[in-house]
Amino acid sequence: MIHMNMVTTPQDQAAISALQSKLVSALKPILPEHALLWEPEDTIPYECDGLAAYRRMPLAVALPETEEQAAQILKVCYAMQVPVVPRGSGTGLSGGAMPIAQGLVLSLAKLKKIVSIDPFTRTAVVQPGVRNLAISEAVAHLGLYYAPDPSSQIACSIGGNVNENSGGVHCLKYGLTLHNVLKVRGLLMNGEVVEFGSLAPDSPGLDLLAIIMGSEGMLAVVTEVTVKLIAKPKLARVIMASFDDIEKGGNAVAAIIAAGIIPAGLEMMDKATTRAVEEFVHAGYDLDAAAILLCESDGTPEEVAEEIERMTAVLEKAGASGIQISKDEAERLKFWSGRKNAFPAAGRIAADYYCMDGTIPRRHIATLLKRIQTMEKKYGLGCLNVFHAGDGNMHPLILFNGADQDEWHRAEDFGTEILEACVELGGTITGEHGVGIEKINSMCVQFGEGERESFWGVKEAFDPERLLNPDKAIPTLNRCAEYGRMRISGGALPHPELERF
Amino acid sequence: MKHQPNSNIDSFREQILQAAKAGTPLSIEGGGTKSWYGNPNSFAKLDTRSYSGILEYQPEELVITACAGTPLKEIEAALAEKNQVLSFEPPHFGEVATFGGAIGGGLAGPGRVSAGNLRDFVLGARVMDGKGQDLSFGGQVMKNVAGYDVSRLMPGSLGTLALLLEASVKVLPKPAATATLRCHISQAHAHQLLNEWAGQPLPLSASCWIGAANSEEHGELTIRLSGAIAAVHAAIPLMGTSINAKELDPVVAAEFWNNLREQKLESFTNLGADETLYRLALPAACGPIRLPNMSPEIVLEWHGQQRWWKGPSDEHAFAAIKAIANANGGHGIRFRQGANVDPAKERFTKLSEQAHSRALEAVQARLRAAFDPAGVFATNRLP
Repeated sequence: MIHMNMVTTPQDQAAISALQSKLVSALKPILPEHALLWEPEDTIPYECDGLAAYRRMPLAVALPETEEQAAQILKVCYAMQVPVVPRGSGTGLSGGAMPIAQGLVLSLAKLKKIVSIDPFTRTAVVQPGVRNLAISEAVAHLGLYYAPDPSSQIACSIGGNVNENSGGVHCLKYGLTLHNVLKVRGLLMNGEVVEFGSLAPDSPGLDLLAIIMGSEGMLAVVTEVTVKLIAKPKLARVIMASFDDIEKGGNAVAAIIAAGIIPAGLEMMDKATTRAVEEFVHAGYDLDAAAILLCESDGTPEEVAEEIERMTAVLEKAGASGIQISKDEAERLKFWSGRKNAFPAAGRIAADYYCMDGTIPRRHIATLLKRIQTMEKKYGLGCLNVFHAGDGNMHPLILFNGADQDEWHRAEDFGTEILEACVELGGTITGEHGVGIEKINSMCVQFGEGERESFWGVKEAFDPERLLNPDKAIPTLNRCAEYGRMRISGGALPHPELERF
Repeated sequence: MKHQPNSNIDSFREQILQAAKAGTPLSIEGGGTKSWYGNPNSFAKLDTRSYSGILEYQPEELVITACAGTPLKEIEAALAEKNQVLSFEPPHFGEVATFGGAIGGGLAGPGRVSAGNLRDFVLGARVMDGKGQDLSFGGQVMKNVAGYDVSRLMPGSLGTLALLLEASVKVLPKPAATATLRCHISQAHAHQLLNEWAGQPLPLSASCWIGAANSEEHGELTIRLSGAIAAVHAAIPLMGTSINAKELDPVVAAEFWNNLREQKLESFTNLGADETLYRLALPAACGPIRLPNMSPEIVLEWHGQQRWWKGPSDEHAFAAIKAIANANGGHGIRFRQGANVDPAKERFTKLSEQAHSRALEAVQARLRAAFDPAGVFATNRLP
């Protein structure tokens, strides 16, 4: 585990304590007593997000109950020049909500009301702390749902989804958060209320809504989101196809798309994953298959029948060694259960797992999987591969034991090598989990100095003082220079005491 | 990203650096088919057409990457060969429209209401900023959250942020079946029905209502169904019977949708020399709106979210359009102006004219300054 509190000297500690009391006394008049935490036993649950390997204690945690309180908090921090880390449900997997030692954590968890639902215009207005799945549940009786369904949808919040531009298993057909949000209301770091996008199809000026999506809490604090709702398909059926060779599985994915079909979901699992999840869910997976492909069709019964027939023909032609089609909803959910439970299954067979999130062009799926097999030997660690095959977003789960420092370092290096392979194959280091603190060094690999400088330009356009989650996602020039030197010198950190942002 | 040296790109850089030094902005232009769109200027042109060609197109990846100067029809022809399309149906407004111009304009055709906006389809862009830096953002994959999504700032920016060099755009298979239905109902009825249908699992892909703006009279509603063969066939009686709709001959239907997309319908071509064609972008909730002094006829697209209305060109008329759009949560623009109308008129609703957008004016100004510190692209074409 990495504890990132770098404060060592008593003088530093005293300065932090002084800042803490100043901040707390400035925030007290704004918030009810229970909504402001600063004692370590109260703030410790906030020391990390879903990426538990990176931890740091904040100065304080504020949990506003209204947009007005959130704005007041920002005004105080802005005046004191105290950095702010916005936080939703804390399910993020890249450390994007990891606190800053001399900063405030602004949790939006208490803003969790569904403000309004309008079936006529197929929209819902929700506060940022509303859970992703809660939206679909609230509109199910209207025959509508909110399409993006990240695997953490039971817990993750819509505010977090906006900040990560979350996808899910159905985004090939139904799009990402970007495609399903019409308007975001938020606060700039100085506390000003702003609205990005509108209920109309477009807005005056530059399209700033697009840049808010996936901005990792660095540009604005989201206080309200207007989402698009879509008609729930009448029926969904899934085909489970086995392949005796990973390459054939990868080619089958390309063949389906080339045939002009956009499946509602197109997911793949390798053999190691299949075995791990079968033990966990007993879905009846083919344990001899090198790869299992789940290919879903949804729509009207007529549409689904037509599409399933076409998909089956393509999969057979692509050399599937076995094909099963879900007969009813119960069987469909059973086929999906393994894919949806890949993460907990990994947790059963290893003490810890490290989830990667690179995306590559579909045609390179088999190439990357083969490279990962070689890396498993190189680092002496196992890896389960589950991925959104339809959009090339891979989630390799590197298995390790966190109690063993050396294993964790090998897991990190393993992950970094996977991400570099993704960039080399024409892809990206993160499809949907975000850069956060975790992949910040890999940003130096994916982007040149000019692009990184432009990112800082974007950042400063919204937040000129660099106070909003400033140590995430975009590496500084110095950090990249140092990362370049570290790689050359073979990995050992030259100055482990230095902060590298 | 590393790129091969290219003399076109070097010449763009030279022009940009020269303009930065001289303090004279450049107006980026492709085929010039949309040069009338946005606020006019008389700055020197930066012609993108020398940088042309499809760089990468693999149908199974559902993405095409091309240079900004590539003719839009070349892109569409390459896609058609593989039975794929640009689902947002960008209008060409002329034979020589370019890929870069389509993206910079950010306009979408009838399919936008079901497929999404042009910017939804942009996956990556290579641009040159006002300092002559060659920059790549995004990529060719659908899911990508590495760094801010700068490539999606380009659509609709009208060349006021950076020079677009190349872009990667998501493409989709051509729907297996398409059918077009037509009937005659009132504007209010059409608005109601289209929104109800849009909330059901029906293959409704486009709509257009043309009729009297300021009365309850029946107008002509045309709807397009696209999707799986079975879905379209099942929907025709389901949707058509209640409104007594007739199915159009496929050739006639295709011509209609194309003429709507390209604004070649009489409702657009009969714009008077002293008139302005206003575009209103409105929320789905907005029913029929009425304004005196406007043309008796109105065209509704995107289930009423995009409306085209001809009217007088004076400031008073534009103020009324902006006010009614604003009051309903949308915005209005002067889209096209007749031959006699002063081209110098401001075409857009400004951020400062809308509540809660005011703070964005400063953000936008800083954003422009970051990409273009010397004001090379500061043509004011988009305020």
